[in-house]
Amino acid sequence: MTDKEFAAEKTTYETFTQEEYMVMKRDLLQPIQHIGTWGKVWIGFLITVCLAGVYAYYIQETKSKYVTVSLRDYTMWGVYISNFVFFVALSLIGVLMSAVLKLTNFEWYRPLARIAEVIAVAAIMLAGVSIVAAMGRPDRLHYLVMYGRIQSPIVWDIIVILTYVTTSLVLLFIPMIPSMSTCKNHLTNKPKWQMKMYDLLSFGWEGTPAQWKSLKKNVKILTIMVIPLGVSIHTVTAWLFATTLRAEWDSTNFGAYFVSGAFLLGVAGMVVAIFTIRKSYNLEKYLTEMHFDKLGQALVLMSFIYIYFNINEYLVPAYKMSGLHANHLLSLFVGEDALMYWSVVLFGMLIPAILPLFKGMRKPLPLTLIAVGVVIAAWFKRYLIVIPGLAHPYLPIQDVPVSWTHYSPSLVEMTIVAATFAAMLLIVTLFSRFFPIISVWEVAEGKLEGKDEIINYK
Amino acid sequence: MKNENEDSNRRKFLKLGLLAGTATVTGLGIKKSLFANPAEDTGTMVKVVTADGEVKEVDSSMVAHPSEEKLSQFNPRTAVPGKKFVMVIDLARCANARKCIEGCQSMHGMLAPVEYIKVKRMQDSELGAPYWFPTMCYQCDNPPCTKVCPVDATFKRQDGIVGVDSDRCIGCKFCMAACPYSARSFNFGRPEQVAFSEAHHADQDKCCATKSGTEGTVSKCDFCPESSAKGVLPSCVSDCPNGTIFFGDELEDAVTNGEETFRLTELLKKRAGYRQFEELGTKPRVYYLPPVERQFPFEEATEVHNTQE
Repeated sequence: MTDKEFAAEKTTYETFTQEEYMVMKRDLLQPIQHIGTWGKVWIGFLITVCLAGVYAYYIQETKSKYVTVSLRDYTMWGVYISNFVFFVALSLIGVLMSAVLKLTNFEWYRPLARIAEVIAVAAIMLAGVSIVAAMGRPDRLHYLVMYGRIQSPIVWDIIVILTYVTTSLVLLFIPMIPSMSTCKNHLTNKPKWQMKMYDLLSFGWEGTPAQWKSLKKNVKILTIMVIPLGVSIHTVTAWLFATTLRAEWDSTNFGAYFVSGAFLLGVAGMVVAIFTIRKSYNLEKYLTEMHFDKLGQALVLMSFIYIYFNINEYLVPAYKMSGLHANHLLSLFVGEDALMYWSVVLFGMLIPAILPLFKGMRKPLPLTLIAVGVVIAAWFKRYLIVIPGLAHPYLPIQDVPVSWTHYSPSLVEMTIVAATFAAMLLIVTLFSRFFPIISVWEVAEGKLEGKDEIINYK
Repeated sequence: MKNENEDSNRRKFLKLGLLAGTATVTGLGIKKSLFANPAEDTGTMVKVVTADGEVKEVDSSMVAHPSEEKLSQFNPRTAVPGKKFVMVIDLARCANARKCIEGCQSMHGMLAPVEYIKVKRMQDSELGAPYWFPTMCYQCDNPPCTKVCPVDATFKRQDGIVGVDSDRCIGCKFCMAACPYSARSFNFGRPEQVAFSEAHHADQDKCCATKSGTEGTVSKCDFCPESSAKGVLPSCVSDCPNGTIFFGDELEDAVTNGEETFRLTELLKKRAGYRQFEELGTKPRVYYLPPVERQFPFEEATEVHNTQE
């Protein structure tokens, strides 16, 4: 490499003012440097809920499931499965908020990318936990490997999810290598093992142009890979339902319908996440009002796309009102699930589609309130897809005990679901306490546009 | 008195020998078994039904049964050789006596409200008459349940039966979601059931290699092929007081309810037999004869069953 080329490389990757960089580095390392009382209380709370979930699971597996779980022969899938679908949907946040924005050169992705990727990895792991909780014989989990049949959509799902987890983990990790080096060089008063960990995980990062080049190349390949993978995981999850003959799920629309719902959830989840992170870690300078403004616009776009698929999914069959769909649709529109259904339509589609059209609603607080509504509605939306879909089989349900016709999740089930949420938040929280939740170098790189100073921001 | 005795003898035989028997033991069949395996006369005469529907008396040695030892080797994955089981349900005869349900539950050591065979009240249109509709696993020839199983725990066998291997099942319940007839049950380990199974451990499942008692797995009707191979009709067939359910072998082209035997093809042709939800393409192995010229007027169920949780 000639000197000239070397200089060119340096200019591309390593220009930034020292002063700005030091401030930025201090701000972004601060959550790791110092954990306050409330931070500890929060972690303690999450661990408690997780432990309650572990205990509930212990009860479920040691006592009779007829007693501990509300599932019966007709509604054999309950909140565990709808929770699984929710978490798979949430994990698409990494695709949208990191990969898509990065590849389409929306520069404002930079502080969001790592947050989105951590949530994605945590969510997909908890999706796996939800599925194991739903299994009748978790002790036979390894049979999936020993006797797995490629004909089964479950096996497709396992293959794409494992690939997605692996890719997402690598995609999360590779851009973290320079950050590890930053942690190693700038954190103080941390235990020895932690510093050793940074040293180990930075893999001797020097910040040479060759290293940067290789890092960028790998990140680019993984970023491209993660998009079709993310779309696949949720499409295959939709196929778990669409490959059955049940009228409620028998839809060619299902894959796209699920993916569009996941993107809406992804934007809303991102809003909630950055609001919480900027407040608790004082990162207002990095997660700015501009981000809320942009995410608010994205929320409107995704809501309209989702509404479009919902019209296809519900109103077209409702127009025909065939005997196969009538029971299910009427129970959603005017029957026993109507309150939940219309709340989901209101909070999960109409409000996020309309309110953020007004600039004032795209300010951090109002937008976050809207987004919280969307996230909750998204969870109930999955519930509405799974459970009432099972309650109206082709042959009428007759002559069974009350609990067989009306599913409502038991305390054990709800505790485990709550624990999956706590575990997801715990993973994200702990991550942010050990690694920079906002990538220092990616943000710095974004700011260097048009600047000449050359520094080495190790 | 004598008549009655004869009748009960006949019924006993029919119950015992029917599956191996009925149409199998036609004149030709007897001859063949005579030459192939010249057994000593036992002196005990039994009645058999020929293909023409005639009742004949033959020596019991002429009726071929697979040996009991062989039957004990049954495993849920092996088909009964040379069979293609089929069922015909005559809706004109069903009066919702619920004997099929009770018989099935006692054979499988299974407590209410779990029912492998259910009797539903159906009414196809407002002006149409209501009728009772016994339904169970249809052992479809294009089964949606076996396709989705991730571990090959449920499968189509050569004798037409959709089997379940409860030692393999991981309890994902995907097959239950996939079944459009809601035919499958999940063993949730209901305390009463667990206690009952423990108390009756020896005769937990008297007819099938498919064990229904494994907690955390899926089970369902499997036409009781092991008893069939022994020549015993499934108890839903033999316990029905009205002879609603006919069981048999498509290859033999014969079905019987224990009292009457019909040629399958002729019966379906003559009585306009149909399969439920043909449009789903599942190709069930259970045929229905429409509820016309009913043997009983329709009576609403006066009693509600399965109220206990």
